[in-house]
Amino acid sequence: MSKLNTYKDGPGEDGHFGLFGGRYVAETLMPLILEVEQAYNDAKDNDAFQTELRGYLKNYVGRPSPLYFAERLSNKLDGAKIYFKREDLNHTGAHKVNNCLGQILLARQMGKNRVIAETGAGMHGVATATVCALFDIPCTIYMGTTDIDRQAPNVSRMEMLGAEIIPVTSGTGTLKDAMNDALRDWVANVETTYYLIGTVAGPHPYPAMVRDFQSVIGEETRAQIMEHEGRLPDSLIACIGGGSNAMGLFYPFLDDEVRIIAVEASGEGIETGKHAASLNAGAPGVLHGNRTFLLQNDDGQIIDAHSVSAGLDYPGIGPEHAWLHDIGRAEYVSITDAEAIAAFQTCTRLEGIIPALESAHAIAHTIKIAGDLPKDHIMILNLSGRGDKDMDSVAAYLEANK
Amino acid sequence: MTEKIIGSKRIAKRFANLKAEGRAGLVTFITAGDPNLETSSAILNQLPEAGADIIELGMPFSDPMADGPAIQASSQRALDNGASMIKTLDMVREFRHSDSDTPIILMGYFNPIYIYGVERFVADAAAAGVDGFIIVDLPPEEAEMRAPVEQAGLSFIYLTAPTTDDQRLPTVVEHASGFVYYVSVTGITGTKSASTQDIENALERLRRHTDLPIAVGFGIKTPEQAAAIGQHAEAVVVGSAFVNKLAENLNPDGSAQDSCVEAVLELVRDISGGLTA
Repeated sequence: MSKLNTYKDGPGEDGHFGLFGGRYVAETLMPLILEVEQAYNDAKDNDAFQTELRGYLKNYVGRPSPLYFAERLSNKLDGAKIYFKREDLNHTGAHKVNNCLGQILLARQMGKNRVIAETGAGMHGVATATVCALFDIPCTIYMGTTDIDRQAPNVSRMEMLGAEIIPVTSGTGTLKDAMNDALRDWVANVETTYYLIGTVAGPHPYPAMVRDFQSVIGEETRAQIMEHEGRLPDSLIACIGGGSNAMGLFYPFLDDEVRIIAVEASGEGIETGKHAASLNAGAPGVLHGNRTFLLQNDDGQIIDAHSVSAGLDYPGIGPEHAWLHDIGRAEYVSITDAEAIAAFQTCTRLEGIIPALESAHAIAHTIKIAGDLPKDHIMILNLSGRGDKDMDSVAAYLEANK
Repeated sequence: MTEKIIGSKRIAKRFANLKAEGRAGLVTFITAGDPNLETSSAILNQLPEAGADIIELGMPFSDPMADGPAIQASSQRALDNGASMIKTLDMVREFRHSDSDTPIILMGYFNPIYIYGVERFVADAAAAGVDGFIIVDLPPEEAEMRAPVEQAGLSFIYLTAPTTDDQRLPTVVEHASGFVYYVSVTGITGTKSASTQDIENALERLRRHTDLPIAVGFGIKTPEQAAAIGQHAEAVVVGSAFVNKLAENLNPDGSAQDSCVEAVLELVRDISGGLTA
C-alpha cells in the first residue's frame, strides 16, 4: 500500500476521493447540490451551528455513547480485548440520529420547509422522522415494500412520529429503489425540499458531510479508549451497507497505526450471487450521484443486492470506502446471513445486548478473528444499532433454516 | 456569429433546414428495445416518415432516476426482453440503411457507457451513425465524455433546467453543441407540464447565453402543446406520450399487439401535424 501523508483530506474540491465520488446528478438538482455544499461549508466553520449541534447530541441523543468492555465475549473468544462503542444506546437506537441532527439544522438554516429521506432497515427513517418531529418539519420517507414487510416495527414508529411513508414497489423494493424514488421526489420539489441522505453516499457533499456528522463516534472513541487503556486501539471493526457508521468510527483514526476492518454482507454467499458485497464482488460504476463499487452486470445494469439485514441490502457503498479499499488503507471482508444470525444470538446471550442484524455482521467477523489475536490486542467494534426491529426477521430466518 | 460547426453536422443541417422551412422540429423519444427489439426497430425505422425530425433513442437503464413511471416501465420492459448497449447500436446501424439525414441522439444514464468504456462506446456509436448524446447524470462538472465526443465530431447535448440560474448558465452552455435541451419543469419525465408563458420567459433568458437552437421537453403530450411551444423553440421533445401509447398497445404478457407500431406512429403524425400546420 502506498503511504500517504494523510488519509483525511478527501474529497477534493470537485467532490472526488481518487476515482470515486463526484456529482453525477441531473442538471435540475445541480444548483441545489452546490447550495447544500455552500451551506455545509459555512456550517462547518460556524461556532453557533456546532454549539447547537453539540447541545442536541448531548442532551437529546444522550451522547457520548459508552465505550463498553465486552468481557464475556472477549473471554469466550480468548484473544483480543473487545470493546463495543454503544451507538445502540442513542436516542432512536442507532448511529443514524447523529447525522440527522446535523442535516436537519442545515435544512432549517437553508430555509427548506420539507424533508425527504430513504430508508432500508428503517433506522434512518425513524431518526429522520424523529428530528422532523422535533423541528416541526413535514417529512416523507421512501421505503421499499420488501423492507416495509421485514421492518414493520420501524414503520409504525415512523408513522407515530408523523412521517408519511411512501412504499416503493420498483426493483426489489429495497434501499436502492427507495433512493431512486427519493431522488425523483427531490427533482420535482427541489425549491422547497431538503433530501436528508442517511449514509456516506450520494452526490458530493453528502459523503463528506455525513462522514463529518458521524465522526463524533470516532472522536469520542479516541478519548474513551485513552481513558480505559491509556493508548489507541490496535483495530477497529464495523459493518458497512452504505458505510456511515464505519466512516464515523474510522475517520478520526485514518492517520494512526490502527488496523481498520469493514464488514460487508455476503448474504447467502458471494458464490450464490445473492449478496450485498459490492467491494468484494462488484466493480466501479456510477449510481445515485457518485462513482463507487457497484453490483452490476456486464452491460452496466445494476443488480439487486441481497442480505438478511435490510440496512446492508444495497448494491453500492460510500465512495470514500471505495477509495480506502482501492488504496489499501482498510480491509473489506464479508459475512453471510447465517454467520450474522449466529453472532446475533451469541452477543445476545453472552452480553445481554441485542444487536441490530447490521451490527451482528461486525460481531460475526470479530468472532472469526479475535481468537487468533494476542491478549493485549485492543479491538473496538461499532455496535451501530439495537436489534429490537429485527426480532421478526431473526425468528423467520431461524424457522426457515431449522 | 461564425458558421463553424462544432459537433454533429447532421444535427446542424437539420436545424438549418427547419429554419428555412420556418417551423419547429419534432424530437421523438422512444426506448431502444421496448417492448422488444423487433417492434422497437420497426417504430424507429418509420419515425422519420411519420414526422420525427430528430430521434432520441433511450438506452435502457435499471435505475433511471430522472424518469417518471412511463419511461421506468419502458426501460424495464426492454431490459427484460434482452436490450443491451450493443443491440441499441445495432438498431441505429440498421436505421442508417434507410435514413442518412435524421439525427439520432442516444439518451440515458452514464453507468452503461462507463462499463462499455467511454472511448470505445463513442467510437462504436459514431460508426453506427449516432450524432449525439444526452447523458442525464453527467452535468458539466463531470466532463469525462466531452472530449471523446468532440473528437469524434459528435454533439454532447447539455440539459438546462428552471433551476439553472443566470450565474450557472454560462458553465452549462460553454461546451454545448448541436442544441440545448431545456427541461421545462422541475420534475421527472412524463409528469407535470409548464405553462407556455413560463417557457417563453425561460427561453428568453436562455437565449441571452447561447446562439444554439433550443429544444424544449418534459410534459409535452398533445399536438396543441407542441404547437404552442413550437412558436418559441426550435424544437419540441415528446417522449412519455409515445411510450404510454406503446404501453397501451401491449398484450397482458407484455408482447406487442399488431396495432402497436401503427398506434405510436399515428401519434407522431398527430403531434407533427401541430408543428407543420
